[in-house]
Amino acid sequence: MITIKYDGTFEGFLTVVFECYNQKLEPGVILGEGRGQGVLFSESMFVETNLEKGNRVWNGIQKRLPQELNQLPYKLFLSELDDIEMKLFQFLQKLFDSEMDIENDFGDPNTLYLRKLGRKVNFEAMRMLQFVRFQKTRDNIYFATIQPQYDVIPLIINHFKSRFADQYWLIYDLKRDYGIYYDLDKVEEITLNKKQFHPLNGKVHKNILQEKEEEYKTLWKDYFQHINIKERKSLKVQRQHMPRRYWKFLPEVS
Amino acid sequence: MSKPVQEKLKILADAAKYDVSCASSGSNRQNISKGIGSGVACGICHSFTQDGRCISLLKILMSNHCIYDCAYCINRKSNDRPRATFTVEELTSLTINFYRRNYIEGLFLSSGVVKNPDFTMERMMMVAKKLRLEENYNGYIHLKAIPGASEELIRQAGLYADRLSINIEIPTEQQLKKLAPEKDFKGVFVPMGLIRQGIIQNKEERRKFRKAPLFTPAGQSTQLIVGATPESDRQILMLASGLYGKQQLKRVYYSAYLPVNSYDQRLPAIEGPPLLRENRLYQSDWLMRFYKFQANEILNENQPFLDPDVDPKLAYALGNLHLYPVNVNTADYEMILRIPGVGVQSAQRIIMSRRHRKLNSMHLKKIGVVLKRAKYFITCNELPVYTKDLMPERLKHQILLESTNKRRNPLDTQLSLFAGFNQALPAAPKMLKP
Repeated sequence: MITIKYDGTFEGFLTVVFECYNQKLEPGVILGEGRGQGVLFSESMFVETNLEKGNRVWNGIQKRLPQELNQLPYKLFLSELDDIEMKLFQFLQKLFDSEMDIENDFGDPNTLYLRKLGRKVNFEAMRMLQFVRFQKTRDNIYFATIQPQYDVIPLIINHFKSRFADQYWLIYDLKRDYGIYYDLDKVEEITLNKKQFHPLNGKVHKNILQEKEEEYKTLWKDYFQHINIKERKSLKVQRQHMPRRYWKFLPEVS
Repeated sequence: MSKPVQEKLKILADAAKYDVSCASSGSNRQNISKGIGSGVACGICHSFTQDGRCISLLKILMSNHCIYDCAYCINRKSNDRPRATFTVEELTSLTINFYRRNYIEGLFLSSGVVKNPDFTMERMMMVAKKLRLEENYNGYIHLKAIPGASEELIRQAGLYADRLSINIEIPTEQQLKKLAPEKDFKGVFVPMGLIRQGIIQNKEERRKFRKAPLFTPAGQSTQLIVGATPESDRQILMLASGLYGKQQLKRVYYSAYLPVNSYDQRLPAIEGPPLLRENRLYQSDWLMRFYKFQANEILNENQPFLDPDVDPKLAYALGNLHLYPVNVNTADYEMILRIPGVGVQSAQRIIMSRRHRKLNSMHLKKIGVVLKRAKYFITCNELPVYTKDLMPERLKHQILLESTNKRRNPLDTQLSLFAGFNQALPAAPKMLKP
């Protein structure tokens, strides 16, 4: 058993998988930089990220998983859970070693855990499509802040890019301190050094928003109030579908 | 004369809220030409109101002026309510600006009938046309087709909309005549048939020419009011089943009757909307659409109404105990779907996993099966809990007793044995708590 360290990127993790097979290593812990805690008194090594080796592993995965699941390992990695690397490694080992469709073996605890986690990550990405709220700034950028449970930004780029193709927009993850910006042509990853919003709740000062912005927010709130049927009140169902942790970003309820 | 947009929005949202449908699913419209908007096949809900219903679309009336006087409708002519009408420009601007902020998934436009059906339909169609052609908008549009509107107008509406719907509202024509003398079933089913034909034709065309324009790609839907008239659940389900089959509808919505015009003597006096009945109907609807049930399996000739105590699938199992227990390791998919406590997802997981190993109840629990219900109806690798000699009534009682349903105490029809002795006894035994 050996502790393997890598740079914390997905490509880095795939390289680790490659080296484990190549050098016949038996990892006890796989540790990304800045993630989790190492084990005392255990032998450790660092694996340098190598795109070519990573790609070979990725292609191998693609050959073995059906199309609807071919992004699963990446999505699981985006969950950022502490022990996800080892669980993923064990899953990949099975995937490479077995002839069966082990990804559908829900009787296996590790597989079941990962498939459920995969659904959770998908769900969180969906929640971003639902609950992102743009505000239009004076420099004509539609701006939104988010705080997803998992690092789902890579999963939502395509949706926003194709849907809002004719407007500048910026979605910023407060928790991970990076965002994506669309300039009518391509989407870029950015980190803002000088922030014009509250770093915790994403509130933007009125001065940098367009005058009409407040008006539309009010219209939206009015609509939200008036489409509600009082006789059918059911706050529990409301919270079930729209958990409280998203509310601070939603003008209609905050 | 003209009210500000904010006033109109309040009045016309209020007037539109009794329409249940808010689905934005079924359309995969692409964002061509770098405009704004796209369809997502599974639909996206953007918010949820205090009643727990989703807001996916900007659901609004074009106008709540109406020439009709239907007893069940809040917007009937004889009601003294604030009235308003949106212009085409106001509606498109509102839709686009909400859409750009990711508030909504699209527009659901309905309307009271102003002047005549053609006049109303044309104005609604104009909104959709302006959004598509002038605003370069590719998001979702759901239009209500107005009964009695001309064929040509409905065809044009279908070219710009993703979904069209015509509400039947009252499940039998006889009752409809009573509550809405100006309407009849012909006015509903003729345009419904037209749209169905349009959709079939369009599918054919698109098979030949990939770029042929879309016609109502998300299909059509309708709504039935439950509890305003004396129809039985069986009548409603048979009607819905026919609509899914013959008319090829995508969705039938059920709306618990809200006494909005309680002064009207033709309507029943009720305290609140029959929400439980509505819920049971939706559950049955799900059984028909996703669980491969037929309407007459859910309710046969001798059962006019659904059981309020248990969900329709459990009721079916209790009425057909000879089909159970089901062996989860060998039964086919259709039968596994019929086990109470097993959903579509668990059923699929069972089918896939049992090729790898024999499943026992621990596996089932982890997979997501609700064993509390399922255990009476399955055998897995272990001894079955269920015994054949248990009578359906006993079994139902047993299951109700174990359910943690907070809405209703399963024992509340019986006298409590220890009611008068609470103080003399130590804490009530745990088993007796529901």
